[in-house]
Amino acid sequence: MNYFPDEVIEHVFDFITSHKDRNAVSLVCKSWYKIERMSRQIVFIGNCYAISPEGVIARFPELKSLTLKGKPHFADFNLVPHDWGGILYPWIEAFAKSRVGLEELRLKRMVVSDESLELLSKSFVNFKALVLVSCEGFSTDGLAAVAANCRFLRELDLQENEVEDHRGHWISRFPESCTSLVSLNLACLKGEINLSALERLVARSPNLKSLRLSRAVPLDALQKILMRAPQLVDLGTGSFVHDPASDAYNKLKATILKCKSIKSLSGFLEVAPRCLSAIHPICHNLTSLNLSYAPGIHGNDLIKLIQHCRKLERLWILDCIGDKGLGIVASTCKELQELRVFPSDPYGVGNAAVTEEGLVAISAGCPKLHSLLYFCQQMTNAALITVAKNCSNFTRFRLCILDPTRPDPVTMQPLDEGFGAIVQSCKRLRRLSLSGLLTDRVFLYIGMYAEQLEMLSIAFAGDSDKGMLYVLNGCKKLRKLEIRDSPFGDTALLTDVGKYETMRSLWMSSCEVTLGGCKTLAKNRPMLNVEIINEDDQIDFSSDDRQKVGKMYLYRTLVGPRKDAPEFVWTLSRRWVGTDLVKQHNSNSSKFLTMAGQEKSQKSQGWSKNPVPSGWNCHNIGVLSKNYCTRIIGYEDLKGTMA
Amino acid sequence: MEKQGLELEITELRLGLPGGGDNKINEKKRVFSDISADEANATNDDRKIHTKSQVVGWPPVCSYRKKNSFNEKDRLETSKMYVKVSMDGAPFLRKIDLGMHKGYSDLAMALEKLFGCFGISEALKDADSSEFSPIYEDKDGDWMLAGDVPWEMFIESCKRLRIMKRSEAKGFGLQPRGALKGISKNDK
Repeated sequence: MNYFPDEVIEHVFDFITSHKDRNAVSLVCKSWYKIERMSRQIVFIGNCYAISPEGVIARFPELKSLTLKGKPHFADFNLVPHDWGGILYPWIEAFAKSRVGLEELRLKRMVVSDESLELLSKSFVNFKALVLVSCEGFSTDGLAAVAANCRFLRELDLQENEVEDHRGHWISRFPESCTSLVSLNLACLKGEINLSALERLVARSPNLKSLRLSRAVPLDALQKILMRAPQLVDLGTGSFVHDPASDAYNKLKATILKCKSIKSLSGFLEVAPRCLSAIHPICHNLTSLNLSYAPGIHGNDLIKLIQHCRKLERLWILDCIGDKGLGIVASTCKELQELRVFPSDPYGVGNAAVTEEGLVAISAGCPKLHSLLYFCQQMTNAALITVAKNCSNFTRFRLCILDPTRPDPVTMQPLDEGFGAIVQSCKRLRRLSLSGLLTDRVFLYIGMYAEQLEMLSIAFAGDSDKGMLYVLNGCKKLRKLEIRDSPFGDTALLTDVGKYETMRSLWMSSCEVTLGGCKTLAKNRPMLNVEIINEDDQIDFSSDDRQKVGKMYLYRTLVGPRKDAPEFVWTLSRRWVGTDLVKQHNSNSSKFLTMAGQEKSQKSQGWSKNPVPSGWNCHNIGVLSKNYCTRIIGYEDLKGTMA
Repeated sequence: MEKQGLELEITELRLGLPGGGDNKINEKKRVFSDISADEANATNDDRKIHTKSQVVGWPPVCSYRKKNSFNEKDRLETSKMYVKVSMDGAPFLRKIDLGMHKGYSDLAMALEKLFGCFGISEALKDADSSEFSPIYEDKDGDWMLAGDVPWEMFIESCKRLRIMKRSEAKGFGLQPRGALKGISKNDK
């Protein structure tokens, strides 16, 4: 097969950067698989439970950069209990043990402890970049360890994390010798920051291009910091409040004029609108503007700002901009590619901040728009059809009508036709979120037209199993499907079980799926973990299979049920036999059960073909009480007594 | 597409099990308003019930964003606007955060509490009715009688406050109320 020496092929593979392409290349032949795996340095793992850290290291020993995602997306909206999982530590431990030369770590929705950050900082000499998005479980102590020990740190990017603030002056832990910072994002930190230490850090970081400050950094400190970093390309302000008549404010205005490279602006975590005129001089260079965390700026002040931003490609804003303001955006920002409009008052009733009018104006004025997240009071079919005509380039279209079952207010019809127009027109659509009154019909359209769709979010929609089936049958590239409060049940769930092995995950909550349906699904499916989140002991496993399941999350995996599932997460067994109370002699038995189960799962043959293996085949691990293992829900061949 | 009258349901291609009819629509679908009514009745402390139209996880705004944006509806709640307040006869000056108050009456109550006196709210409503005159120094350095301009404008321009005894007000250099209309207090 190979006409070239391995080195040549490897060199060719260097040009293949997308992980999907590299995955495809690995499938060509054994030789290419080997060359590819020995040369892959950037590894992306969309679900941390799909593979074990040891498995990753075994396949990609030269790995330098790892991206890991943990909790399901709906965890963002408090639908997943706190201790569900997604724990980082075992990964760091395994990588440290195997002496992986880790340089970059990007995490999303993972639980990151201070211990893991400390171990990370001490185990990888060349560690350069840490990006944490929507993570939790750590404090500024963990950050202090990273600052102190990662001598070549280039990037520390904290986005929307829950960080416990211990106020330990962790910024001061960056040694004087640390001059390598390129990107520092502290916006989500809540506590006080040692301002002079921060200023000195910025002063000795000549390569710093991106700096996002927390709310604890006041305007006068911002001015001093900007004096040290006029080369910044991306700036996030902290508190932007001052008396416009003061010296400090005037100094800031002058300093900002020197920052000619700023293309991206965000922050304003606290803002006095009268101070915004200070940034007008740099607006004409901006390609990215995020004011979505700036409370209380009225529409008129937003408009005054945006009128200067002719080069804007990305805009994140609150809905107090209003339809009128969106009209100004449409006439000013001709280069706009991504727009996100967030609700400023999500529970407010009758606060008609933005409606379909704003969206139609944007679609007419911004031909390059391809990514949208839009929270609005109402939407009409006519508007969506117009939007679809104006903008056929959408790759991401997420519409959230604040009352999720609201029909078209003009015709009182469901929004099936509007969304149908969107999927039919936007042939490159990869992500779609629906809302409003919707019947099975919208899913018929999605199944028919959304050929490139990879992720679909459904809430309070559809009439019957047909809806879900249209999607499962039609969307060949579907990877993530998340559904809540919709009338889809066992029939839809079970019609094509093989489909789920082609997807990353399926989430269904408050639907019509029953315990029996989930059990049937899990049967003979070694490549799937079917997890039921059983909060408040709603499900009684010893009885009725007809009970509805509150929350089900299933995902494909190479490593079987996870060992860290908390008490309320039940992984359904592959070989469903029945459930019973099993008496245990000591609480260590859970580990024994797990390991026996795990050992068997390493075999390549696949479960359903093997004869009944000896030993335990028990899959669920929860907290075991001393004398009872009440959480075992599938077992076979209990042989021997427990020690 | 109207199906009524032609009874084509029998010939319709379906993906469901035989016998599963469309008449199950209303039974199956849990309407949003049902859920929100349920949740309004729920006693689970984890669910914050603000209004009856609220359901867990809806609207789908990520919890980080919810915690950090929506607590401050009024920017003035977060910005600190401390100004000195002096009161004639009181030995010490005090400081008060204007941003913490919603309006003049709120401010008046706070001042009354601070100095243990009465009559400030009356003074704001009608300058003649009380023994006090609450005045403030604005950005230009002029001393103005409090209460004329809208609250937002007032807190933006107020640099310091003074609660003056009305008897001392004359000759202090106050801008008299109604000066713009050409009527001076001395004319009364």
